[in-house]
Amino acid sequence: MSMRTPLRQVRGLGSARSGTEHFWHQRLTAMANIPLTIGFVVVVASLMGRNHAAVVQILGSPLVAVLMLLFILSATVHMRIGMQVIIEDYVRDEVAKFTMLIANTFFAVVVALASAFAILKLSFGV
Amino acid sequence: MAETKVQHERPLSPHLQIYRLTLTMMMSVAHRATGAVLYVGTLLFVWWLIAVATGPNAYAGVQWFMGSPIGILILFGYTWALIHHMLGGLRHLIWDAGYGFGPVEREWLARATVVGSVGLTIVLWAVGYLLIGGGR
Repeated sequence: MSMRTPLRQVRGLGSARSGTEHFWHQRLTAMANIPLTIGFVVVVASLMGRNHAAVVQILGSPLVAVLMLLFILSATVHMRIGMQVIIEDYVRDEVAKFTMLIANTFFAVVVALASAFAILKLSFGV
Repeated sequence: MAETKVQHERPLSPHLQIYRLTLTMMMSVAHRATGAVLYVGTLLFVWWLIAVATGPNAYAGVQWFMGSPIGILILFGYTWALIHHMLGGLRHLIWDAGYGFGPVEREWLARATVVGSVGLTIVLWAVGYLLIGGGR
């Protein structure tokens, strides 16, 4: 029997005081996504069959643009955490897991920035 | 994250194929599946937005695709997945608050997720397309 306490083994590996951060952010963005999703679906449906000029005008109008930007922010944070959970659940190989976790973050950031840029460009009318 | 060294093969917990299919279980799977589909589908959303921002010619290509039968099906399916995931998430928030675990409530919630997702998607499309949008 070892005289060493279990504490010795976990030192440096324990809580970084951020254990529930993802859990909470997932709930926070989930709550935000409820009204934003409903608004988003209505906006998308209302744009169907319209010509380019009309779509630019509607997407660029302040109210719709702000709704879209909020949805983009909240949804990309939410989906990044969600996909991280899926990867951690199913990918057992350490190298593959870390590669996919990195790719997951890159994907979420690219989606967020590209769509936010498009909305801002339309809104500022450049 | 710390890498754990596996000393010997540990038994794995039984997976999906072991259990009898139940509605609550299917809703759990559907929640994760719709989440993954929505994740990949953001590429469509980005394509659409970038095309609108690029100009009429780029937008014409997207409009042709979104206006085709397959495009309409994908778009409607995507919004349904979005609403289904939203209602599934609402169910999770109810559970987080400590309610809805009983045998009657959880079945009722699972059914409400299916029926509600189809119903709400149709209502939102009706409001968006028929009342506000191009279908007026």
